[in-house]
Amino acid sequence: MWCRPLQSVLRTGLTPVTRSWKAKVRACRFAKSESVKGQSGELPTPPPASRPGCRVSAELIEHLERLALVDFRNQEGVERLHKAVEFAGQLRAVDTDGVAPMESVLEDRCLYLRTDNVVEGNCVEDLLQNSQQTVEDYFVAPPGNISLPKLSEQDPVTPS
Amino acid sequence: MAAPMLQWARAGRCWLLGPCPRRMILLFAEPGPGRVRGQSSAAAQEPRPGAQEWAAVVGLEIHVQISSNSKLFSGSQVTFLAPPNSLVSFFDASLPGTLPVLNRRCVEAAVMTGLALNCTVNKKSLFDRKHYFYADLPAGYQITQQRRPIAINGSLTYSLGVGALWSPSATKTVRIKQIQLEQDSGKSLHDDMRSQTLIDLNRAGVGLMEVVMEPDMSCGDEAATAVKELQLILRALGTSQANMAEGQLRVDANVSVHHPGEPLGVRTEVKNLNSIRFLAKAIDYEIQRQIKELENGGKILNETRAFDEKLGCTVSMRDKEGKQDYRFMPEPNLPPLILYDTESLPMGADPQQVVNIDRIRESLPELPSVTRERLVEQYGILPEHSFALLNEDGLLEFFQNVMKETRAEPKKVIGWILSTFLGYLKQRNLAVSESPVSPSSLAELLSLLDDKVISQPAAQQVFEELWQNQGKSPGQIVQEKKLELLHQQEELEEICQAVLDQHPQEVMAVKKGNHKVVNKLIGLARRATLGRADPVKIKQILEKQLQ
Repeated sequence: MWCRPLQSVLRTGLTPVTRSWKAKVRACRFAKSESVKGQSGELPTPPPASRPGCRVSAELIEHLERLALVDFRNQEGVERLHKAVEFAGQLRAVDTDGVAPMESVLEDRCLYLRTDNVVEGNCVEDLLQNSQQTVEDYFVAPPGNISLPKLSEQDPVTPS
Repeated sequence: MAAPMLQWARAGRCWLLGPCPRRMILLFAEPGPGRVRGQSSAAAQEPRPGAQEWAAVVGLEIHVQISSNSKLFSGSQVTFLAPPNSLVSFFDASLPGTLPVLNRRCVEAAVMTGLALNCTVNKKSLFDRKHYFYADLPAGYQITQQRRPIAINGSLTYSLGVGALWSPSATKTVRIKQIQLEQDSGKSLHDDMRSQTLIDLNRAGVGLMEVVMEPDMSCGDEAATAVKELQLILRALGTSQANMAEGQLRVDANVSVHHPGEPLGVRTEVKNLNSIRFLAKAIDYEIQRQIKELENGGKILNETRAFDEKLGCTVSMRDKEGKQDYRFMPEPNLPPLILYDTESLPMGADPQQVVNIDRIRESLPELPSVTRERLVEQYGILPEHSFALLNEDGLLEFFQNVMKETRAEPKKVIGWILSTFLGYLKQRNLAVSESPVSPSSLAELLSLLDDKVISQPAAQQVFEELWQNQGKSPGQIVQEKKLELLHQQEELEEICQAVLDQHPQEVMAVKKGNHKVVNKLIGLARRATLGRADPVKIKQILEKQLQ
């Protein structure tokens, strides 16, 4: 599969733009299906996301933190995010005209249909074991969602 | 209501807004170019200076709980009342290491509903994850079908009634955008005193069909009728009990107003609607509120509002900071759902593993609209009667059982069932299944009436008796209370003559030309016969004797 060369890059660390990048891209295109145009060997221009200076804005960081409840914590974390975005940007180098996107690696599998019988449940004690606080067989949660403090109220992002 | 009445915008567009319309009330504004001048059936008021027309647009998102034994992606039970967290499997609690396994019955239910609503069933549909954080959604995402739902582009036809004696006046259609399968979330009980929420996951993972209707409706009445028709269809199919009170059918309404010809206005979403009546009320209130707000120069916010039943108004719910970003992504654990028809069915496929759309289409039960037409044809009753028969649970079956055992005419039977029988039930707030009178008893009573063994008022008496004492049959009651009609001509003539002899003054009055007194004499004669004589016969005899 074409993702193997990318996996090897991943293992070596996040260094998307290197001299070996062109070789990797060539390997990608070789392994790809016949529907890719331009197999004559011309190399594509470097993907735009790998250009330095394409930063993720502070508002976007805050938005992402709120949506996914991750904490970028400090400048190093944000840097790693930038590198990850640039790395993923390499995907744009691949020509996908006329190719339907793959939704799932299981797309050739048959979706198994289960018969409508009751075979599970009735394990209240096991489930409640996981919860620190319970009230009469109910899980306890804080009232509603607790919103994250706004960017201005937070501690400033500490440099690494 | 102080709010201005609304106007006929364009032919075919719904119109009236204001308190729930039973009469059409129109307000004439300045007719603009190309504007249709509507006819008013009630008083036309003076046009307010500067009053412009408003048109309202209502779209519905309906979540229907699928009637199945187990949940959509796990094998835990689906039932209404159970001890908290007792119907929860490890997958429903989103413990790590669990995977979703699709329930065949839910797929069939969605296909049946799609076919009944004239949808195109997608042979390939995909599952996605919709991410948001809330305590009753343990996984942090809901598995739904956003990119390619299971059915698209359908329609639902419903009939609006006008007037006190309801009769179908307008048949309207609302387009169904799509039907998708998705998971239900758990239930949260808010404990404000201790500032905590109690979570019950019994409902988490239950299969839902989300029916998305296009904004083709324009008032609360239309929306309520459409939802009622959908309920009847779902119950006829058996895919859901569609009981709003039990939460098996949840409706969210998207309401906006605009001037006809201009682009659509900002819409608000109205949630927390527990019954069809509140649905209509809430939508009408929201339309009025938006109009008032815009006419006062305010703006409508794109927000979610809840309906407060006690106050009869909508209140703003949690304020969302901007639009929610659900970060939709394909569900990695589920391959695409492939459905087949008879042509594309692979050879030698395991029948348990394939869903054949054609087979399901053939086995669809009779839909309400078809049933209504059949009743009108079969029994010769009026369309509004067939509507009324289908609107009450179990009433149609009752009617059919009575018809099986009686020789009486369908029209008479319908009259008894829809007025007397239904009246008794409603007064005591009973369902048809709880009726103390069985179909065979009513059938016997109506046969007696038909054979003229008893008179109409006597029949009412017998019915009352049947209602109170379950043990006896109509025949027995008639005999015990001696309610049989007197048929003997001589006996009747004797009684009538006796009445005339006892009231010579009235006889004189009639002979002088006062015919109203005849009714009094008829009444006296009827009382003398203890209600056992046919009033028509009494009248005939008296008239003959008075000449």
